Amino acid sequence: MKLIQVLGPGCAKCTEAARIAAEAVAESGVEAKVEKVEDIQKIMEFGVFSTPAVVVDGKVKVVGRVPSKKDVAAWLAEA
Amino acid sequence: MASLAAWFLVYGQLVPFSRWLTYDLLGLARGSHLGDAVEFFAYDTPKVLLLLTLVVFGVGLLRSFVTVEWTRRVLAGKRESVGNVLAALLGVVTPFCSCSAVPLFIGFVTAGIPLGVTFSFLIAAPMVNEIALILLYGLLGWKVAALYFVTGIAVAVVAGFVIGRLRMERHVEDWVLKIRAGEAHVAEAMSWKGRVRYALESVRDIVGRVWKFMVVGIAVGAGIHGWVPEGQLAGIMGSEAWWSVPLSVLIGIPMYSNAAGVIPVVEALLAKGAALGTVLAFMMSVIALSLPEMVILRKVLRPRLIAVFIGVVGAGILLVGWLFNVVVA
Repeated sequence: MKLIQVLGPGCAKCTEAARIAAEAVAESGVEAKVEKVEDIQKIMEFGVFSTPAVVVDGKVKVVGRVPSKKDVAAWLAEA
Repeated sequence: MASLAAWFLVYGQLVPFSRWLTYDLLGLARGSHLGDAVEFFAYDTPKVLLLLTLVVFGVGLLRSFVTVEWTRRVLAGKRESVGNVLAALLGVVTPFCSCSAVPLFIGFVTAGIPLGVTFSFLIAAPMVNEIALILLYGLLGWKVAALYFVTGIAVAVVAGFVIGRLRMERHVEDWVLKIRAGEAHVAEAMSWKGRVRYALESVRDIVGRVWKFMVVGIAVGAGIHGWVPEGQLAGIMGSEAWWSVPLSVLIGIPMYSNAAGVIPVVEALLAKGAALGTVLAFMMSVIALSLPEMVILRKVLRPRLIAVFIGVVGAGILLVGWLFNVVVA
């Protein structure tokens, strides 16, 4: 079970990033949970200063932009 | 490459195209009100769209090299003054949206970047933007665009420096100082293919978002171009009316629009005889001092510091307005 965390204090682009992540998970069939992280302290702990950012299993994958569905699918396919 | 060549080919054909469309295809009389307006619209709309696409693509490529995390590291070791100038310039090229002002602010503070330097960045980022620059260039010429760029940077540098001198650190909310940031995430270097894709995405995102504002704005400009007599506004927004500068700054603060919506209005005002300084002050006030951004910043700053921020930036814009009205007139 993979964990995808979408970091962002609730801006439009962060919501879009979360939606894309959820769609990519549904389409890939990989078992994964998508979680939104809105708490600033937690976002800071990842060393992320621009949002949205996406974290897969604790590893920061993208910062400051909305990933494409293809990006998310590729991360899901990794080990 | 091929698309770049096509771009120049199309760009070169704009004048004949707009004339052909207006006078041959639509059969409008040369020199008529409607003819003037339609020719202006048929020329300006594709021209500005083409310029916008090219510039947003170029800036997108540039931005694929610059991240907030990188900017934070560059600014971390800098003192005031040098730091203020650097922060203002980086504010222009760093990808930034006011919705992520809070994480950015905290990121800068936790890196030990002085408050004034952080403010130089926060002022320059929305105020000097590439869309405004290209629209000013396309509609009003390179001199106005250059003036806007230089004075925008100057206001950000000086306002940030003043805020730094005022020692406002204790007016930052306490919880901000308690935050422990993790090791900054350093993104893997993108491939050139990735950079081009990133730039194309930003073209789709930005041009897709602003083209409607632009077309409406150019239509208003076209109407004015065709019908409104020159010098209409000279009395109230001309350079003689000194009070029109503070008034336009005040009117600009509660207004919130992106640059694409403001600049055609700017062009319309200028065409009616408003003074350049007054109009520039209005534009800077609309895009640099916005209520939604203040609400976001309120989470990390106490009201006193927000007030100082508005006051110092507003004063800077005022000076720019007056300066231009004196120099240009």
